[in-house]
Amino acid sequence: MKFQKEYRYIGKAIARKDAVAIVTGKAQYIDDVELPRMLHGKVLRSPYPHALIKQIDTSGAEKSRGVKAVLTHKNVPRWMTGTPRHVRVLDQKVRYVGDAVALVAAETEAMARDALALIKVTYEQLPAVYDVEDALKPDAPQLYEDFPGNLLPLNIPVFGPDTLSAIELGDVEKGFADSDFISEGTFSYENIPNPLPIESPGVIAEWSEPNHLTVWSATQCVSWHRYMMLPRMGFPDIRTIGTHCGGSFGSKNYSTQPMLYAAALAQATGRPVKVCFSKEEHFGAFVLRLGSKFRGKVGIKKDGTVKAVSGEWLVDTGAFSDQAQAQVAVGLGEAQLMLRCSNWDLKTKLVCTNRCASGMVRGFGGQELESALLPIFEEAMARGDIDPVEFFKKNFVKPGEGYYWRDGNWWISKGKDYSEAMASGAQAFGWAEKWKGWLKPSAVKNSKRIGVGVSVHGNADVGESVSEAYVRLNPDATATIHACVAESGTGQRSNLCKMAAETLQIPPDRVSITPPDSLINPFDFGLVGSRGTYAVGSAVISAAVDAREQLFEKAANILKTAPDDLESEDGIVFVKGDPDRGIPWRKAIGLAQTCTGFGRFQPDYSKPNFLALFAEVEVDTETGKLDLLRVVTATDVGQVIDPLSLAGQLHGALGAAGIDTAIFEESVIDKNSGHMLNLNMMDYKWRSFSELPRFENKILETAIQTHRFKAIGVGEIATSPGPSAVLMAASNALGTRLKGYPLTPDKILKALGKISP
Amino acid sequence: MPDRKKQDRETIRLTINNVVQEFEIGDHAYQVTPYETLAKTLRETLGLKGTKTGCNQGACGSCTVLMDGIPVLSCMLLTIECDGKQITTIEGLQDPATGQLDEIQQAFIVHTAFQCGFCTPGLIMASKALLSTNPSPTETEIKQALSGHYCRCISHYHVVEALLAVAGKNRK
Repeated sequence: MKFQKEYRYIGKAIARKDAVAIVTGKAQYIDDVELPRMLHGKVLRSPYPHALIKQIDTSGAEKSRGVKAVLTHKNVPRWMTGTPRHVRVLDQKVRYVGDAVALVAAETEAMARDALALIKVTYEQLPAVYDVEDALKPDAPQLYEDFPGNLLPLNIPVFGPDTLSAIELGDVEKGFADSDFISEGTFSYENIPNPLPIESPGVIAEWSEPNHLTVWSATQCVSWHRYMMLPRMGFPDIRTIGTHCGGSFGSKNYSTQPMLYAAALAQATGRPVKVCFSKEEHFGAFVLRLGSKFRGKVGIKKDGTVKAVSGEWLVDTGAFSDQAQAQVAVGLGEAQLMLRCSNWDLKTKLVCTNRCASGMVRGFGGQELESALLPIFEEAMARGDIDPVEFFKKNFVKPGEGYYWRDGNWWISKGKDYSEAMASGAQAFGWAEKWKGWLKPSAVKNSKRIGVGVSVHGNADVGESVSEAYVRLNPDATATIHACVAESGTGQRSNLCKMAAETLQIPPDRVSITPPDSLINPFDFGLVGSRGTYAVGSAVISAAVDAREQLFEKAANILKTAPDDLESEDGIVFVKGDPDRGIPWRKAIGLAQTCTGFGRFQPDYSKPNFLALFAEVEVDTETGKLDLLRVVTATDVGQVIDPLSLAGQLHGALGAAGIDTAIFEESVIDKNSGHMLNLNMMDYKWRSFSELPRFENKILETAIQTHRFKAIGVGEIATSPGPSAVLMAASNALGTRLKGYPLTPDKILKALGKISP
Repeated sequence: MPDRKKQDRETIRLTINNVVQEFEIGDHAYQVTPYETLAKTLRETLGLKGTKTGCNQGACGSCTVLMDGIPVLSCMLLTIECDGKQITTIEGLQDPATGQLDEIQQAFIVHTAFQCGFCTPGLIMASKALLSTNPSPTETEIKQALSGHYCRCISHYHVVEALLAVAGKNRK
């Protein structure tokens, strides 16, 4: 059932606006940008996981050819990051292998690199800690004086005074008493994988006046480089310009470290400075997923109803995190969306350890929590012989039901019922035939065993935060969208043009969108979560409607009718039902004028979206190798805006530290030296073209009350259900409950008792 | 200061996108050092920024260009090793006279065979090499030819569809 039978452009596959630029190599990414007199910045990094800098001698580096500035903890600006603000740009203490010790700006990258080798540093090494539980012990090495016990505060008002940091609801003891099946245990999702966009992070910074900073960045969220960094940098006026972004998956939302290094060096030299991280730095000194460990107890009824969840969620930030409290808040909200339950006692601890920082990664807290929490539920489901598809269908939040969201407020879902989407996914996958019960393979062929698994993820971020846009109608029957929207791969800039085109009834090639630049555009929170379609789309549509109303008012005077009696198609305004009584936009607007409308979207956390992911795996009991054979995703998007970009978002479940974190993706840190052992693209495993599973997307289009086109986004939730679904599938294939991610051959052979633990 | 008389200088000649480029070997401006990669020469000296360096570790395929028609990793190749070679980059795929896009580029557009687009030039160059020796490859042959290319957004499925469409056309 669709809201409108036929759209001219919405729902049709249309070439992306930047398609020609991309396929001809003309699209400009951050390292393609060169400014006059631009210098290159490089970073000297710590070889030790935890140490004090006793002495640092930069005299040799300062004299080195082409060097224009050398900065250390002694002379770097006192900007502060981390939440709360506790991380200096350069500190006298280093807290992970790869932590920044000194910065050099030089005429070329090679000159900057040469100068790094001339900096002499004397360190006093300190004991280091890598495991969350070890970090909580009384005698553990302490990372920050201000945070005893390595515990970072959770009571930070990132989403207002009641920001969610725990779920306390009902009476868990009563809930357990009412439960038929209880399971208890500890499960970790501590791969700390790298979202690993192909383009490493990079920023160019230039100060045009002492208080005016311009930054160019490869990002999905241009405005964050201004609004997030203002308070961290003492409120200079920051203008940010987005380049094409070679993938982000959350991680390059605001590339804090390269931005601060570039800005500090640009300030010291009075010249623009580019800091583009090498792949090695991207692996070992940028940001990873949070580590996650859940210890607790869950109780369910015979019919699968969740009755109680209690426990502790240990979240490992690494050396620091800017957004861990936000991810905890969102993750706790998402767990409730998927597991409707009236009795909760879930507490969180935020712990820092001596490995590189954690940042934002697609799944934003929810993937981390659920990948550790769901395996505990599986045991209870198995005891009750409950089909997991039925369990998920029963327990996700339905319209009219409530949940605490990230702001600590109790929201009631005004969204839709995803039962049908989940059922259609199960049918497309053939769940009924393949599911043989818990810990039972679907098929066995010699040493190869096939198993199936499923998981669901929900999020209420489709309407998060504010978006603003202008739409300007030009006399030549074109329209220009002014919105601060980056292009990081989702195709959203093109889709916004399509939405404006449909609203204004002009072809999409007559709609353009301004470059992502905070100076020329109104505020937009950026392409985070799944907010592009609903939140940004609403602002653009409202602006287009506003502009069209102004156009009709002008035209009504000329056509001697009321604005309400008018419509417009292909640049002609005419009286409804009388196309001959029409004038072109240029007559209505005037040749030397434009007509601009404004739209603002206000946050709405009442429309959760859900995605079910079904996985079929084959495990070889001789070699321990796990192959992902098939993936089916199932969701309801209200209305497809662009089928090909939508499919791309869903296929993305395999990338961005998603499904494959259950199979082979992990950052391996040597617990003796603190060094990351696989910081290159040979040793960090990734899925190649030859190893693609069959992948199907079951997409329903049931109109949802969002905006004019009744559509809802889905990008954020594609990756999250993957890891737990694969874990379930592998356990079923092998007939034994597997205990941790990723399921590399050694773990599987150990679980089978074929090699010693 | 070494003697820099012209006859003493070593030079190399590469034909890049059908234009002959001559470089002196050395470490002064506009010269090519013996340790300079082809990717760096293409991007920084010639401004051919369509060739992307994703990992600079020879592992992601983003920097793929054609050398005498064979796909090579330009981040793992020294420019001085390319003396006398024909190099084709993404900028050299369009018909120089008409500006017409290559059929592979057109297929990538129609199938939206990219998301962020960073790995796309490398994928297109590898596809070009494949199709020039095997105009109608099977799905397996396509996947094998592209197996050294990293795409984190997961546009693989659309890339394969785009190339199968070209292969299908060529089969007719």
